[in-house]
Amino acid sequence: MHGVASCVTLNRMVQYTQARLDASFTALSDATRRGVLEQLGRSDASITDLAEKFDMSLTGMKKHVGILERAGLVTTEKVGRVRTCKLGMHRFEKEAAWLERYQQVWNARFDELDRVVEELKRKEKIDGHKRRR
Amino acid sequence: MDTRGDAEPTPTKNRSTVERKSERELVVKRTIEGPARIVFEAFARPELFRRWWVPKSIGLTLLSCELDVRVGGTYRLVFSHEGSEMAFFGRYIDVIPNSRLVWTNDEGDDEGAVTTVSFEEMDGKTLVVIHDLYPSKEALEASGSMGAMDETLDQLDELVGTLGGSAS
Repeated sequence: MHGVASCVTLNRMVQYTQARLDASFTALSDATRRGVLEQLGRSDASITDLAEKFDMSLTGMKKHVGILERAGLVTTEKVGRVRTCKLGMHRFEKEAAWLERYQQVWNARFDELDRVVEELKRKEKIDGHKRRR
Repeated sequence: MDTRGDAEPTPTKNRSTVERKSERELVVKRTIEGPARIVFEAFARPELFRRWWVPKSIGLTLLSCELDVRVGGTYRLVFSHEGSEMAFFGRYIDVIPNSRLVWTNDEGDDEGAVTTVSFEEMDGKTLVVIHDLYPSKEALEASGSMGAMDETLDQLDELVGTLGGSAS
């Protein structure tokens, strides 16, 4: 019966992938963002670097990187005051995404279990009082 | 188009942890606010079990739930999902009240995983550890998304790779 969680997770992953594909195609529909991906394919770069290379304001570049990031095509990491961007989505991340969704299913399940246990505890307390008196 | 519909459920107070412990093992842990005796009961009595094993939010309807919790006893859960029925079944191979439950998962064509649940009580709370041992690495990965989803995501990887990798 552990398979229930796997099934549900699989279902969520399908939805997740569809959402991600939508996000990816939106991200890829823009020439600047495709250029950013090409650039990051050569080497990681900070948002400032990218803004300079594409002759764009920091704010503008941040927006583009945000769209790429939401699509999972780019990951960013802030070290000190510099945010470095690199190409995202590798095999290990897929496993992490699966585990994350599997965990969500278990969270939902255990939250319900908490409720059931809480109710049994209350019942036991009332019954216990009755028996003792 | 707004594609941010991939809403994450809000985090809960006691988070469960999921860990791929080895190529063949998945382990889920969570602390439940109650003594082991009560938590065990919620696993062993079908009328309680059915209330939480299939939380409303996961979009499955549980049609029936039969649990015969004793060594050699069987269980069978039937769900309906998008118009089709799915059954999950197996056998309890170890039952130690308030402390341990082990069951097989026999619904697949091949050898299934063995699930061991242990209940450890401390200060009125119970740490529940659910350990799934699969017969092989492939079986574990096939049970998850890692099989079915790979193809689509790989294609996307490839597409991005042709963009990003074209310069190298």
